[in-house]
Amino acid sequence: MSLTFDDGTFIRSELETPLPPPSRNLGVIGWMRENLFSSFLNGLLTLVGIALALLIFPPLIRFLFIDAVWTGENREACLGPDVGACWPFIHAKFGQLIYGFYPIAERWRPNVVFALGAILLVPLMVPSAPIKRLNSLLFFVVYPIIAFVLLTGGNINASAFLLERFGLISPLTGGATIAGVNLTFWVDFVLTALIVAAAIGALIGALGGAALSAARSTLYVFAAFGVLVMAWDVDVGLDYVETRQWGGLLVTLVIAVTGIVASLPLGIALALGRRSQMPIVRLLSVIFIEFWRGVPLITVLFFATYMLPLFLPQGANPDALLRALVGVALFSAAYMAEVVRGGLQAISKGQYEGAMAMGLTWSQMMRLIILPQALTLVIPGIVNSFISLFKDTTLVLIVSIFDFLGQLRASFTDPNWASPVTLYTGFAFAGIVYFFFCFGMSRYSLFVERRLNTSHRR
Amino acid sequence: MTEQHSIVSSDELPAVHTPPGKDVAVELVGVHKWYGEFHVLKDINLRVRRGERIVICGPSGSGKSTMIRCINRLEEHQKGSIVVDGIELTNDLKRIDEIRREVGMCFQHFNLFPHLTILENCTLAPIWVRKMPKKDAEELAMHFLTKVKIPEQAHKFPGQLSGGQQQRVAIARALCMKPKIMLFDEPTSALDPEMVKEVLETMVSLAEEGMTMLCVTHEMGFARQVANRVIFMDAGQIIEMNEPEAFFSNPQHERTRLFLSQILH
Repeated sequence: MSLTFDDGTFIRSELETPLPPPSRNLGVIGWMRENLFSSFLNGLLTLVGIALALLIFPPLIRFLFIDAVWTGENREACLGPDVGACWPFIHAKFGQLIYGFYPIAERWRPNVVFALGAILLVPLMVPSAPIKRLNSLLFFVVYPIIAFVLLTGGNINASAFLLERFGLISPLTGGATIAGVNLTFWVDFVLTALIVAAAIGALIGALGGAALSAARSTLYVFAAFGVLVMAWDVDVGLDYVETRQWGGLLVTLVIAVTGIVASLPLGIALALGRRSQMPIVRLLSVIFIEFWRGVPLITVLFFATYMLPLFLPQGANPDALLRALVGVALFSAAYMAEVVRGGLQAISKGQYEGAMAMGLTWSQMMRLIILPQALTLVIPGIVNSFISLFKDTTLVLIVSIFDFLGQLRASFTDPNWASPVTLYTGFAFAGIVYFFFCFGMSRYSLFVERRLNTSHRR
Repeated sequence: MTEQHSIVSSDELPAVHTPPGKDVAVELVGVHKWYGEFHVLKDINLRVRRGERIVICGPSGSGKSTMIRCINRLEEHQKGSIVVDGIELTNDLKRIDEIRREVGMCFQHFNLFPHLTILENCTLAPIWVRKMPKKDAEELAMHFLTKVKIPEQAHKFPGQLSGGQQQRVAIARALCMKPKIMLFDEPTSALDPEMVKEVLETMVSLAEEGMTMLCVTHEMGFARQVANRVIFMDAGQIIEMNEPEAFFSNPQHERTRLFLSQILH
């Protein structure tokens, strides 16, 4: 070696070459020593963990597979000592668990909706799949319209928008219909759109803003809504299936997906509103968020279902599932807003200044710089909300909407399948189904998080 | 706002109240700013001609950063007028955006966007603010990245670069907007000593091309080499302003002499 010591001074004459790490850190033994038995406490915990696994998994596997009954026509098959899971029960009730009381002849409609959803969602989730823009347009805009028409049968018979509620339009049109579409509604709709656009334009103009562009954007919103109503109003020849007949996993997924898709943009808007410089916007956002966070979901659903009709004018009675959907979406939007706000607060002032100094507008700055970073930071929190929303959907049971778990509990009452293991089998199956969805979301979020983590990539 | 204040800073500026001519890049007249009760900027009068390079120094808390941040409205001034490139700064958002398009800025902590690659950092503003086609913007970005001598890093993320490299990217990013004026807010004070040089070299070459520059910095060698004028600020006011040679060799004000004696060895 090149050590030259001389009264405390030192000059290196050649550089050290890198050596491999000590062998105890390599191989299976090294891995075990490092990860399982690195200290006395860790070794003890490893042993306790193994003991727990031995305690839980063998009986579980015996119940679910080894002792399980796989075929049978009724409860007779699942009686007797030492019987495991009663899978014929699940098989017999499967249709009910998935579709609820949806007419059996029409079950192809939810199937098409499920399949279409999967076909559109999978390429959206795979980063390397092409045409993302078209794909998301199809999934977020076209798919909900198609799903609505398929599931309900469309043809909503729109008869009155706003003015007709005061009986102003029908004297003019005389209740005429063209190709099954009510003329009164559309005259009402167009007139309302024009009046609202003019009012908003005038208001913005009076406040010193761009009146014409405000009026134009209002008209765009109405036009989009008009297209939506038109698509739902056309008679496509499908039977009407009222939402009272929906049930099972179909309802669970409809509520969860609507809640998830609606709560994220709404939550982002609320979070931005709460951090806004404009006092009125900020105040309204705070009131909205704190109101929905302050009441339990059960109260919201109960209020929407049983008390809202008392306040609405007679005849206006929105669909029960729709009311629950709106309740769940607004409720989870409030939670989402706080999650997103946490992310916004973590972004340093320098990022805002960097963006502003380049001349980006506020919306460009938020869309391109701040939100991509803030949302990436709070992916765990967002997915947390999604998962808890997915599981909370089962609360609609208390307003007589039978979701997956509701249908399961209803099927327990069938005397044909009354056996000691029916209950355990049913809940085991429910657990597996919920775990499949929730664990899936959790794993996918980890994948997205790792993919988006560019800031510290070395 | 236009009355003459009898403090040192105003005395040194001849004819500061004449209307801005075409050769004036930035003009501050009687600018005041308060943070709550605290008076951070006191009657700032400064006229920067096109192509002029100004170095601003002073102790921390003297308001030098606040002053240049007022020029692109990262901070709002409460009294006086600021005219940048012939446009007066008011609360009108359109004017603010217009000024920010023409004024580039580099920060002490770079403020690169960590979720975008170096190239995307540089092309973002040309694409979204100047509405430039993506391909042209990328060509432009590569041109400036080559100029700051890091074209090979274009597809990396800011977190993978050293501090000096990041600051050079920040300069390239600002240049991609083809600004008429560049503001530097202590661009080298967060860097390791070995990296200061590479950033200063980039700034010197920019100065040699005739860019109008306002630099808050304590790099006195840089000030000597490129500045047309050096400004010394303390307690929110301009204490002394002179050509670098005179400023360093013969400072007039007591406070300036004290400051220089502490930073020059």
